[in-house]
Amino acid sequence: MSQELIDAITDMREDDALEITDSLLETNTDPLAILDDCRKAMEIIGQRFEEGDCFVPELILAGEMLKEISVKVKPLIQEQTGTAKKLGKIVFGTVEGDIHDIAKDIVAFMLDINGFEVYDLGVDVPPARFVEKVQETGATVVGLSGFLTLAYDPMKETVAALKAADLPDVKVMIGGGQIDDQIRVYTGADAYGRDAMTAVSLAKQWIGGQ
Amino acid sequence: MFNAPENWKKLTAQEKRDARFASWMAPDLEFATPDAAQAYKQRIQMIKDATDLKKPERVPVLPWIGVYPTTYGGITAQEAMYDYEKLGTAFRKFNADFLPDGLASAALMGPGKVFDMLDYKIYHWPGHGTPVDTSYQCVEGEYMMADEYDQLINDPSGYFMRTYLPRAFGALAPWQMLGPFTDIIELPFVGLGMIPVGIPPVQEAFKTYLEAGQAVMEWISAVGPIDGASIATLGLPNIIGSFSKAPFDIIGDTMRGTRAIMLDMYRRPDKLLEAMDRLVPIAVEMGVRYATVSDTPMVFIPLHKGADGFMSNKDFQKFYWPTLKAVLLGLIENGTVPYLFVEGGYNQRLDIITDPDIPAGSTIWLFDHTDMKEAKKKLGGWACFGGNVPGSMMKAGTPQDIENYVKELIDGVAQDGGYILANGAVLDDTNPENLHALIDTGKKYGVYK
Ligand code: B12
Repeated sequence: MSQELIDAITDMREDDALEITDSLLETNTDPLAILDDCRKAMEIIGQRFEEGDCFVPELILAGEMLKEISVKVKPLIQEQTGTAKKLGKIVFGTVEGDIHDIAKDIVAFMLDINGFEVYDLGVDVPPARFVEKVQETGATVVGLSGFLTLAYDPMKETVAALKAADLPDVKVMIGGGQIDDQIRVYTGADAYGRDAMTAVSLAKQWIGGQ
Repeated sequence: MFNAPENWKKLTAQEKRDARFASWMAPDLEFATPDAAQAYKQRIQMIKDATDLKKPERVPVLPWIGVYPTTYGGITAQEAMYDYEKLGTAFRKFNADFLPDGLASAALMGPGKVFDMLDYKIYHWPGHGTPVDTSYQCVEGEYMMADEYDQLINDPSGYFMRTYLPRAFGALAPWQMLGPFTDIIELPFVGLGMIPVGIPPVQEAFKTYLEAGQAVMEWISAVGPIDGASIATLGLPNIIGSFSKAPFDIIGDTMRGTRAIMLDMYRRPDKLLEAMDRLVPIAVEMGVRYATVSDTPMVFIPLHKGADGFMSNKDFQKFYWPTLKAVLLGLIENGTVPYLFVEGGYNQRLDIITDPDIPAGSTIWLFDHTDMKEAKKKLGGWACFGGNVPGSMMKAGTPQDIENYVKELIDGVAQDGGYILANGAVLDDTNPENLHALIDTGKKYGVYK
């Protein structure tokens, strides 16, 4: 484990993090150990986000650093030692008619670094696409983002479509700037969340990955 | 048009503002009835009193209106952007039926035809990327590149003309070939400097530009009378005649985009700060100019990426607030009133925005999710505030819910005056009963004794 690398990432020192990665690779550090340090750093950042000590810029920069380090490290990994077991599968997307993606990306990122397999369907996703993807993957949680009040009805339709498809084990969570409990009731979703960490704790609660 | 008196330069900011309000109150317009004329004056007086932190005769009711008038009028948002006849019928009916204290302006829907002609890339609009009954939406992207800060800083207009607009509008892409106007400084340079203008694709781009200008004239000559009719017959003042933005949002919304500006905060903070400084006088000039041309003192400023959750308070104080504050001070100095729409939550920012350098009674802050009791504690006696009736309740609540919510707001935070009733999220989706509940409760219950 390189505490130096973890610190550089969590302190948002991008150049240092990349340099340290390079020198670790030069000294023949196991690439998998480097990726593991990244995962630890992401966990710390996620925790700080939850505690309100870190915000959108830090999440975006952390995501960038992770990408840059992966590019350096991944080609050096010889055999694919079966990626870490995921806690469960989540289908995620911004509902039909809405093309906002900033918050959706953040929530998907947080779910991902917390160990979930996230199928991100993107923005402007029609109800039928969510149903298809759930059927295809066997996911048990669906997350819907929506930022416009005009997203309320498409959310409601998506929940209805999932219900109609007879997927009794699937739970739906919704979120976005204008979403609150009144809208949870209105759409028939199982839960709503104000921020990305609520999405993570809901998923953990539902999927049972403590 | 606001005509500044001759002694303008000698006036204080307060005197300038009074002059702008007086001119707004006496428009160059024939009212249909004496009642309408009277109602118009009364409404502006209420807004002025609230701005001055006094108790008006009652709470002014100024809901933010989005595409809901189209739904209410039985047309789609797409029709409203293309068929000005239908647009007019819908907006006149909306204003007449609901009678808010400020006009729901037909101009805010924008001319669809012009966006088509120019091939606008930064937005999707109804029928052109978004459903016909949904509002237009921004397509996140980097429309200014990371290595272009110096170009923006050195010559903002040149950068817009030759780099940014050619990216934003497909039809103007050939403008990339233009030289800077500043080339043309002496006779021999005239010929050479004009060469790019003769290049066939550039000529084509200018032709389209001129045609789009004509289409804008068609639009504004249709929309002007639509709004004019509502003002003249109903006595509804137009509130949003001018607008500006926080420099961080100018760059973060439609130039660098959210992701890129947030990375810039770490990767090139000095360039970002310098560019925002450079945009301050530009943002002030724009707000003041539109206020003068439209003869309304209010300068609408939507706040986006400084909200709670977007960045830490430390970064807010470093990146967001200094240049926003400079814009506000510049607008105030020129006698206009910053009319801020504080989107999202500002619970963490209230201590910062109530900056003692900003004179009391010179700004208006309408909130979305911010806790109104806290807002009252921090802003009371310093600035007019309001807003906050939830968009979720406007859609999924009952008229009774809304009546209760409005009464609670009025009892809880409006009693000392300096207060405006408004919804928290621009109104796209609601029903007539709920909107009546908002407006009518405000009018009935908001009378000051
Ligand atoms: C940024 C912004 C813009 C940017 C858009 C950039 C983009 N491509 O996304 C710009 C400036 C271009 C813009 C333009 C407009 N906007 Co705008 N905008 C916003 C703003 C300020 C933030 C939205 C956002 O991106 N948030 C980013 C994320 C990170 O914040 P967040 O929502 O808190 O995220 C957390 C939660 O939502 C949660 N979450 C999200 N999804 C999920 C899912 C699950 C399952 C869970 C559990 C949790 C969860 O976790 C996230 C991370 O912690 C909102 C107001 C607001 N604060 O919500 C208005 C807002 C969305 N805009 C609005 C409007 C009206 C407009 C315009 C129409 C204005 C106009 N007339 O020109 C235009 C066009 C529409 C558009 N969006 O393009 C209105 C919509 C009103 C309505 N009735 O719906 C809003 C709500 C403002 C308001 N209060 O009125 N806008």
